[in-house]
Amino acid sequence: MSYVDKINSVHLDILKEIGNIGAGHAATSLSTILDRKMNMIVPRVRILSINEMIELAGGPETVVASVFLRIEGEVQGNMFFILPLKQAAHFIEQMTGTEVFSFDNLPYPELALSALSELGNILSGSYLSSLSDFTKLSLFPSVPALCIDMVGATISSGLIELSQVSDFVIVIETAIGEAVESSTFINGHFFFLLDPDAYEVVFNSLGVPLHG
Amino acid sequence: MVELSNIIKVGIADMNTVQSPALIRTSGLGSCVGVIVYDQSKEIAGMAHVMLPDSSLSKTGQINHAKYADTAIKELVDRIVRDGASIRNLKAKIAGGSQMFQFSSGTDLMRIGPRNVEAVKKELLALRIPIVAEDVGGNSGRTIEFDPKTSLLSIRTVNKGTKVL
Repeated sequence: MSYVDKINSVHLDILKEIGNIGAGHAATSLSTILDRKMNMIVPRVRILSINEMIELAGGPETVVASVFLRIEGEVQGNMFFILPLKQAAHFIEQMTGTEVFSFDNLPYPELALSALSELGNILSGSYLSSLSDFTKLSLFPSVPALCIDMVGATISSGLIELSQVSDFVIVIETAIGEAVESSTFINGHFFFLLDPDAYEVVFNSLGVPLHG
Repeated sequence: MVELSNIIKVGIADMNTVQSPALIRTSGLGSCVGVIVYDQSKEIAGMAHVMLPDSSLSKTGQINHAKYADTAIKELVDRIVRDGASIRNLKAKIAGGSQMFQFSSGTDLMRIGPRNVEAVKKELLALRIPIVAEDVGGNSGRTIEFDPKTSLLSIRTVNKGTKVL
């Protein structure tokens, strides 16, 4: 029996809350860095095949900037912060004071890439530290790895650990975006995926063990 | 690639077969390896999008054959032989196996790209299928498309354009 089958609707709600808390803190951090009002999109938790997850992130061939971290500590998992190129360029402009930045010219300047990695680092860091407070588990993010390439290539490479255990993944998806008048302009998506063994640890720590 | 023809798609950890005039394609290969096994005279080909080197890594009961190099290639050969390819005429082309993320403390799993390539080559050697062309390694994602009529493999990367092998 796969770990996915043991997860019931209460567990899904808890995962949603994890996404809520994590992305809420990340949005606050982003708001502080950029000095803008940011919104968070209410999270979705879904059980998907890897192919479906790639579709969700924009389709296998779409080129995006993604910051990937491995999570170590009492539980292990993966986190992706995925930005459309246009948005990534926009962040680089704001953080480095460059007037116009474009991904069309190679090689990319070192400063731009490190600003983007740092942004990913700060946002994922605030996501994870709030999660750590909520679950009372200690979590350590790896140094972020930045990759500007096709969605299919980046996500499948990040999911090697998970793919050995299951053809399905539990994706906690949240988005953060700039608040523009009454609507929200999406800036980036977080995909948070715990390793299969980690679910039991998280749910036990929160007092809602898995059965089955 | 511009003319309108039927293109068969292969997802991640997936495989399929094709006969001309259709084409076969898989998108967004990262550390995964795309393996094409074909019989040029019959214009039949099969493609697998392999994610992991060895089915013994699997921790699930049921195995998706297309996911692992060792099981995928055997099954691919079986399928195209069933479709009419002759086993003596089979040749292979491979692409993929990049390292998408550079970590300073590289665990073994982060080297998965090169390991996938090694595993695919070993399996093809065991089945005595010669590799006539390859584009492996590096750190870019690839989208590949194979035409069984011409036996040409076109490979597109984000920054280096398209090349044909």
